[in-house]
Amino acid sequence: MDLNSLAPLHAELSLAALSMILLIYGVLQKGQVAKKVSYGAIVSLLVAAMFLHAAPSEPAVLLNGMFVHDGFAVFVKTVILIGTAGGLLLSLKYMYEEGFARFEYAILFLLSAMGMMLMVSAGNLLGLYMGLELQSLSLYVLASIRRDSVKSAEAGMKYFVLGALSSGMLLFGISLIYGFTGSIDFVEIASVVSAQEGMNVGLLFGMVFVLAALAFKISAVPFHMWTPDVYEGAPTSVTAYFAMVPKLAAVALIIRLLMGPFESLTDQWQQIIWFIAAASILWGGFAGIAQTNIKRLLAYSSIANIGFALIGLATGTEEGVAAALVYMTLYMVMTAGAFGVVLYIRRDGLPAEKIEDLAGLSNSNRFLAYIMAFFMFSMSGIPPLAGFFGKLVIFQAAVASELYVLAVLGVLGSVVACFYYLRVIKVMFFDEVEQDLDKSVSASRQFVVSICALIVLFFVVKPEPLINLAKQAAQMIS
Amino acid sequence: MFDLPVLSLMTFLPLVGVLFIISVRSSDDVITARNAKNTALFTSLFTAALAVYMAMQFDPSEAGFQFVEKYDWFPELGIAYHMGIDGISFFFVLLSALLVPICLLASWNSITNRVKEYMVAFLILESLMIGTFCALDSFLFYVFFEAVLIPMFIIIGVWGGSRRVYSAYKFFLYTLLGSVLMLVALLTLYVQVGTSDIPTLMENPVVRDLQIWLWIAVFASFAVKMPMWPVHTWLPDAHVEAPTAGSVILAGVLLKMGGYGFLRFSLPMFPEASEFFAPMVFWMSVIAIIYTSLVALVQEDIKKLIAYSSVAHMGYVTLGIFTATTQGIEGGIFQMISHGLISGALFLSVGVIYDRLHTREISRYGGIVKNMPKYATVFMILMLGSVGLPGTSGFVGEFLTLVGIYQVDTLVALFAATGLIVGAPYMLYLYRRVIFGKQINDDAAKMADLNMREIALFVPLVVMVIYLGFFPGYIMDRLHPSVDRLITQYENGLQKGEQRRLAAAEMSDEKLAAVKPAAGVPEQNVEFVPAIAPNLDVLEEVPMPIINYNE
Repeated sequence: MDLNSLAPLHAELSLAALSMILLIYGVLQKGQVAKKVSYGAIVSLLVAAMFLHAAPSEPAVLLNGMFVHDGFAVFVKTVILIGTAGGLLLSLKYMYEEGFARFEYAILFLLSAMGMMLMVSAGNLLGLYMGLELQSLSLYVLASIRRDSVKSAEAGMKYFVLGALSSGMLLFGISLIYGFTGSIDFVEIASVVSAQEGMNVGLLFGMVFVLAALAFKISAVPFHMWTPDVYEGAPTSVTAYFAMVPKLAAVALIIRLLMGPFESLTDQWQQIIWFIAAASILWGGFAGIAQTNIKRLLAYSSIANIGFALIGLATGTEEGVAAALVYMTLYMVMTAGAFGVVLYIRRDGLPAEKIEDLAGLSNSNRFLAYIMAFFMFSMSGIPPLAGFFGKLVIFQAAVASELYVLAVLGVLGSVVACFYYLRVIKVMFFDEVEQDLDKSVSASRQFVVSICALIVLFFVVKPEPLINLAKQAAQMIS
Repeated sequence: MFDLPVLSLMTFLPLVGVLFIISVRSSDDVITARNAKNTALFTSLFTAALAVYMAMQFDPSEAGFQFVEKYDWFPELGIAYHMGIDGISFFFVLLSALLVPICLLASWNSITNRVKEYMVAFLILESLMIGTFCALDSFLFYVFFEAVLIPMFIIIGVWGGSRRVYSAYKFFLYTLLGSVLMLVALLTLYVQVGTSDIPTLMENPVVRDLQIWLWIAVFASFAVKMPMWPVHTWLPDAHVEAPTAGSVILAGVLLKMGGYGFLRFSLPMFPEASEFFAPMVFWMSVIAIIYTSLVALVQEDIKKLIAYSSVAHMGYVTLGIFTATTQGIEGGIFQMISHGLISGALFLSVGVIYDRLHTREISRYGGIVKNMPKYATVFMILMLGSVGLPGTSGFVGEFLTLVGIYQVDTLVALFAATGLIVGAPYMLYLYRRVIFGKQINDDAAKMADLNMREIALFVPLVVMVIYLGFFPGYIMDRLHPSVDRLITQYENGLQKGEQRRLAAAEMSDEKLAAVKPAAGVPEQNVEFVPAIAPNLDVLEEVPMPIINYNE
């Protein structure tokens, strides 16, 4: 096997190699190298993106079916790489402000990105599990990267224990699937499943267990309980990353699994996805209303948003998959922006996390307050901002597949969620300011927030490219 | 003749003004505020000038859409940037372009904090309002229609009164709840018909059962916007808390989006459902007219009183529109335009005394005819217009609406006409309490009369109210072709539905007829009889009459 035949894997390989080099560099250097390693990591991500797009575009299967390369994977991986780079840029200043500026931080980002890329390209259940675990383990450590903080440690612990539980369920599901189909390869499973007459209860159980584990990763109701706590406890820059990228990767993985090996079981899993989509939207909407912490609020918002993305998947059509991809990408942009703004909010040298603390923003940095308002309106799905188009394609797919009830539940849930997004705007603009905020300046953060704001504002002018790319990606999978 | 993209220019020109206001920075707040005000006023006047140009270019005899512009937006999905106006939307565009400069002038001195943002919000609002009335693609329409919530939410929430947060929320969530249901309906329509082009959708109504559902969803949106009883409760709150100019725009233009939506969507796209639901709409309207008139009678707050009167007046509009008669629809549209002018001006006049005394409580005024004679005159004309006195524009709309409803349902007409009577006392009572009577409050007695700026605000509105009262022809001539076309579309839609039903009935009859002689078998086996061939013939033949009819 020569190096050229591994071309589709070059992105992952380069990422692995570069992260090891950075790790060695970090260990050998004396003193603070967190910033240098972070920049190095961003460069590595760019290199990986280059390799990704340099690889031949025709679909390929490598490593005895463990690794699949296709247009779908390229699209999602590109978004993952961009998202990870964005997450790192958001953290640069914050990790110094909060005193967890260690070089391992950036390397953990790289490793988790690599895990996600493997997940997206998984061609059999083993590849799926390994990618997922690489990603999850890096994220557990990231959640507790502030070793001296009780909350951060608690968040990491909670995430780990529940994550381990979900991994257990995943393995159990995988073993059931293997037992009833005799294979771990997606293609073979697909052929066995489609050849089966009637319903195979054991196989169905396996699928349900795998779905439950993955629903945990995307924090869909009823497997969402860890989300608000972990989001609140983890350092804000890590939370931003949690909300942005891993969700997308896990959704992509679910798409690959359900549209691939389990495609002929659509009637079975459609009900499950239908339920968790509706439950996530409604629970994410109603429970968010009571929150006072902005990070918890955004946690519930992410639960609700996953619900919308799942509506696209619940259709089980190519159109729906494309809609889910568009939605998750736009959601990533909005969350990155919103968390970027939250990172600015500091008072007396400490990060301020109460929603009320945002009140100072329209005084100390009015421009930022407007940008935050745009993100909030966009998340509420108000046109002409980007979030509206995400919802538009999702609901269009739902209506086209005649999921009218789900569509109506979805739009009603979006109105409920709108209530707490509006509260953020209300606090920023309508309330009296008691205390000014600290000035927190960071060029990299400003860069990310500005890019996100521009996308959110001007997506309306040219929505075509992203939608087309997602469509092409979705064509590859179904 | 139509080379200049007037509609796009009018829609996006205010946004250019916004760019100017945002980009100019100055350390001195006073200068910033002044620059922002001047830029905003200049932009809106320029837009108004464009609107006048558009009015001169407008061809009154043309029933279809004019000034049409069409560009690809989502070519993949067939969603286009499609703008155009007909006789119906023409007046709403004019009204929006006319009212915004007046609103800006009205807030010239009363807005002191965050002036720049205020001006930006108003210009964005103007752009979105004009866009809503020009959009000829249902998604484009939705984008503009829904986006209006953002600036209005900010206007009420930032520059509103003491309960502004509550009112802004209520306004936003009420309207959003209705709108999202409409979004689902528009998507369904898009999926079913295969296009989001409004003129095409108007010509191709879907089947009846679907119409019923879609009508309900769309109705949820427009009825809230209108607002119709019983979903009107957001309006008094929003009006009371909004700053004067916000109330003017709310009453003058935003409420009309509901009526416009009924005309553009409900009637032509869902004719059978509209016919089916018309009696319900009539009774809701009659309840609105009588109930809110009575509620208005006991209000202590001037703005709240006028807000309730708006709900009553909008009752006539819905009544007129759903009669689907020429007089009814034209009356409804006329009533909307007239209400836009009159209640806009009424809110302005409340703003005038509010600026002086900072209260809207009726009992805090009294006898101000002595110190404010000019104001009393203006207020009287507007009050009589609101009551619907012949010679003012208010009369024409109400009268035509009643003519329309009388042709359809005399009992409803009886109640609606009663509404005219209960509509008079609250305005007269308000006028008596505020303008006449003893001067019990010293500060009210010391208020200065209208200044030049304020007179300049009222003159165009008052002149229009009286002019349209005597010469409604300007509006009627332009409305008539488009309304005729709308009614033709509506009736075609009904007939098409009838044809469909007949065809369906015929098909089942023929099926039975074709099956029965061939079968000497028991009834329950009818479907299993090998009579497929005759059935197929029936299937091929039956759609023919529908196709012929279309051509």
